[in-house]
Amino acid sequence: MHISLKHLSRAYGTLRAVDDISLEIPANTIYGIIGRSGAGKSTLVRLISLLERPDSGEILYDGKRVDDLQKDALISQRRKIGMIFQNFNLFSSRNAFENIAYPLEIAGIERSLIKKRVNELLDLVDLAGRGNAPISTLSGGQKQRVAIARSLANNPYILFCDEATSALDPQTTRSILNLIRDLQKKMQLSVVMITHQMEVVRDACEHVAVLDNGTVVEEGKVVDVFASPKSSTTKEFLANLSPLAAEHEQHHTMVRWSAEGGRFTLRFRGTATGEPILSRIQKQCEVEFNIRAGGVQRVGNEDVGTLICDIIGEGSEITKAVEALQSAGVLVEEEAV
Amino acid sequence: MSDLLRLVGAATVETIIMVLASTMFSLTLGLPIGVLLCATGPEEQGGIIPKPVLNNVLGRIVNVLRSFPFIILMILLFPLSRIIVGTSIGTVATIVPLSIAAAPFVARIIESALKEVDPGVVQAARAMGSTPMQIIIKVLIPEAMPALVSGITLTIINLIGYSAMAGAIGGGGLGDLAIRYGYQRFRPDVMLVSVIVILVLVECIQLVGNRLSARMMARR
Repeated sequence: MHISLKHLSRAYGTLRAVDDISLEIPANTIYGIIGRSGAGKSTLVRLISLLERPDSGEILYDGKRVDDLQKDALISQRRKIGMIFQNFNLFSSRNAFENIAYPLEIAGIERSLIKKRVNELLDLVDLAGRGNAPISTLSGGQKQRVAIARSLANNPYILFCDEATSALDPQTTRSILNLIRDLQKKMQLSVVMITHQMEVVRDACEHVAVLDNGTVVEEGKVVDVFASPKSSTTKEFLANLSPLAAEHEQHHTMVRWSAEGGRFTLRFRGTATGEPILSRIQKQCEVEFNIRAGGVQRVGNEDVGTLICDIIGEGSEITKAVEALQSAGVLVEEEAV
Repeated sequence: MSDLLRLVGAATVETIIMVLASTMFSLTLGLPIGVLLCATGPEEQGGIIPKPVLNNVLGRIVNVLRSFPFIILMILLFPLSRIIVGTSIGTVATIVPLSIAAAPFVARIIESALKEVDPGVVQAARAMGSTPMQIIIKVLIPEAMPALVSGITLTIINLIGYSAMAGAIGGGGLGDLAIRYGYQRFRPDVMLVSVIVILVLVECIQLVGNRLSARMMARR
């Protein structure tokens, strides 16, 4: 289901939580919306999931306007949307099975069919046989699996994940992201992931929108955004990404040789990762490279490399070197001194 | 001695009837009001159909009724008792003012129990397309059940106290016995036994209530 947002705004008093946001969220993909806390993510997801109404603007699902739906139409539309949360929001008065059964119960589905469907869903999220478990006995990852099963019970066409992995450890986060990716393909879902973790965007999303102060500051395919970030917010997110903080996993490590940061950040993608660009330029220009940190990470199906370095030499030679790097397809960011 | 047992026994049965019946009626009156108070309240506190004006008016009425001294409320409600049960004296007649006096208390207890439910859970239920009625019946009440049981326990204990007070103005039960025999006929033994039975009743109710509530929590 394709989602279009047109000039959405929502204010609380004088705070403009969502300020004139327009986005096209393609069907059948995982779309990330990233932002710091207070950037307006939660409000935005409450608007697109029809939990709250915008002050102005329109929301369209497959070209059909949904933000002004009333009562019964609104309720039946919500039943076609799945949603999972940071704190899982499971019913503590119900066990795992009964939690998953809830959306089916309220839709008035026959008891025997509910039983069959819930068992299928438990199987789908790798919790077969755990239906009788009280919620408090489940681990964080298992709780989120129950929540995912519950959100998918009515075969929705959209799944909203509101910081769904923020309360989980890195390993569990990875397994939940894998599950969501599998289910997205299996059930032809359009998934919208709200997060403040760039790792989540890198590992799961195809497209991303970066939010700051209630507006979209950058939007595009994840690979493009990683290889050539434009806004300062995006760059900050990339700088704080775990590879720089040494996460022990293949493809995700960045080696740091120096505690000091360098003046230049070089980003290169795809084929450029396989070429000896630096040494070639070193021969052409009167410069030396002092590499502080560097690494390659896998974004989607592409490699994106990052090098943090100093370039030492005459001012004019440095400019020449930077130009040569850019013409070789490397994005060069210079830190203001 | 057998006279004492007979008196106290009969009065205990009366008290139990009064308290049980008025608990039931006050719940019948108070539960919908409590649910309405919570449901029409602000959204951040679990209000699923926020109606500020209605909420405000209802809240004020409940507060006025709650702050009414029970003895005076009971006297004011004599005519109502006469209409409903035909008399204003005795065990059955007392059930009317007891129920009405406890109803606003019950409403507030139910309201605060429902407000304790995690707003995130209510949000999830809304996001799944629950109607307000489904949220109340399938989410709010079951989620709040341990707190509701504690609240109802408190209500019953309060009603035992009220029912003893009702004895002073013509109600039946242990309070009536303690006043008429113990105080007016100088029978300290009757007074003492009546008070002890009331204490034991309260203790038992509290124990059962706590156990029930704890068992519900343990199953979660």
